[in-house]
Amino acid sequence: MAIIPIERTAKELVLTIQDYSLFAWRAFMNLFTEPRYWSEYLIQSDIIGVGSTAIVLLSGFFTGGVLALQSAATLSQFGATAVTGQFVGITMIRELGPVLTGIMVAGRNASSMASELGSMVVTEQIDAMRALGVDPMRKLVTPRIFACISMLFFLTIVADAFGIIGGGAVTVFLNHQDGTQYFSKAWESLRYPDIIQGLVKPLFSGYIIASVGCFYGLRTTGGTQGVGRSTIQAVVNSSVLIILVDFLLTRVLLAFFPPL
Amino acid sequence: MTASNASGSPQLPQPLPLGAGQHPTADQTPVLAFRNVSISFDGPPVLDDITFSVAPGETRILLGPAGVGKSVLLKLCNGLLHPDQGSIQLFGEEIASMPESKLLPLRTRIGMVFQEGALFDSLTVRDNVAYQLIQELVSDDEIDTRVREALTFVGLEETFSSFPSSLSGGMRRRVAIARAFINHPAMLLYDSPTGGLDPVTSTNIIELIVKERDVHHTPSMLVTHRLQDAFMLCTHEFSTEFNCMIPFPNGQTDPRTTFLMLNEGRLVFDGSIHDLIHSDNPVVREFLE
Repeated sequence: MAIIPIERTAKELVLTIQDYSLFAWRAFMNLFTEPRYWSEYLIQSDIIGVGSTAIVLLSGFFTGGVLALQSAATLSQFGATAVTGQFVGITMIRELGPVLTGIMVAGRNASSMASELGSMVVTEQIDAMRALGVDPMRKLVTPRIFACISMLFFLTIVADAFGIIGGGAVTVFLNHQDGTQYFSKAWESLRYPDIIQGLVKPLFSGYIIASVGCFYGLRTTGGTQGVGRSTIQAVVNSSVLIILVDFLLTRVLLAFFPPL
Repeated sequence: MTASNASGSPQLPQPLPLGAGQHPTADQTPVLAFRNVSISFDGPPVLDDITFSVAPGETRILLGPAGVGKSVLLKLCNGLLHPDQGSIQLFGEEIASMPESKLLPLRTRIGMVFQEGALFDSLTVRDNVAYQLIQELVSDDEIDTRVREALTFVGLEETFSSFPSSLSGGMRRRVAIARAFINHPAMLLYDSPTGGLDPVTSTNIIELIVKERDVHHTPSMLVTHRLQDAFMLCTHEFSTEFNCMIPFPNGQTDPRTTFLMLNEGRLVFDGSIHDLIHSDNPVVREFLE
């Protein structure tokens, strides 16, 4: 494997960040000017939202279950198994629901966006679209970004709900504890700041998934091999960015909504 | 073949006299004009100091071996690429540094046929051909009528509801031509329209290009490295009487169809078929022979 000079790598990194920033800004601002492609938005909402429901539902359910298993084992040492519901509920809603949903949707949709747009680039379909007087940013990128933001918001709610249900199922059927106590603790301990924290994060994650997926797709060079490379870059970078932004957001949101 | 006649036969084609109001003259404003255009991509220039123009009604055939920048030049014509330096005037407007938002409406006046067709594989033939009309919110009934007309023009009426994946390479190229023709463009760009096709299909495609040239007199740029196709364009006309392409009588040629040749990023020839055949330029001679 060739050793790439550090200087060149650094320049490429800076250039990529600059290109991505301009790309993401332009895609966002397109929503406020004509033409808008609402039919594309609905199609993408169906692909991203409805298409991802099953994986989000399952991953949420089993994550909640694992949380209940692990926490009950630890909490029993302090005689505090009664707060399992509180632990699972707050953890799912504030942190794991948004992050896991983001990563699951990134794996499914950032890859699909990068490979679809990448294939269109290498077969000159993007150039054909431009030659026909249609802006690919408006037609392909902006609807995907806004579909991903809005759908991730609802998918996160689904993941949160099924995470708590999964935790409840484990609590009742495996840990043989009281289900009513689990759900009432989960409900009582929930505050509005927890919900706000949990529902602000998917707005950012959705933006990251679609913009990174489309960015790498439209930058594809080098034929089918390039499409594969773009797909990997889209999934890896969007997943890492989701976790990074989640950390920064948590820091900021905790400043606004300090824990009791 | 016409190409072998050109390179091997002492009988040379003669240009037809210019028809009044139909053929390019010196005082006509060019549809497209390149002035000292250069472009490079992280290395030596792909195109270096290119100057030429396309007059109304003129068909310019861009010749040259593979990889000399012919497709790049074609993409500069409608602003899909921007030059590093030089001036490009399209319909009298400077497009070399024009932003994409202003280029998009300008491009709707140009039809472009890509090397492999570049059809949208998730759309039917109807939606591919009507792509521009759909964006312009034309009614469905009118779209259907115009798409059927365009498909009839290229002889593919039966593919109306098909998807591009079910078509052969030649059929896809003809659908791409229908898509380029449907909005009656003010200029046409063809990027190797016969590349990779068998001789019979290539002749069919050339016939469509000749038909568009002779019926609608649309100015065009055509990129090819196939000399036989270029010569066929120059030595044939479309007969509305017989509804097919026929050779000009007495070995004459179309004076509105002229040649450019690229080599190593530079324009090495600009002139008529007569000038091309008589050129002393060693690069031109090597290409012809």
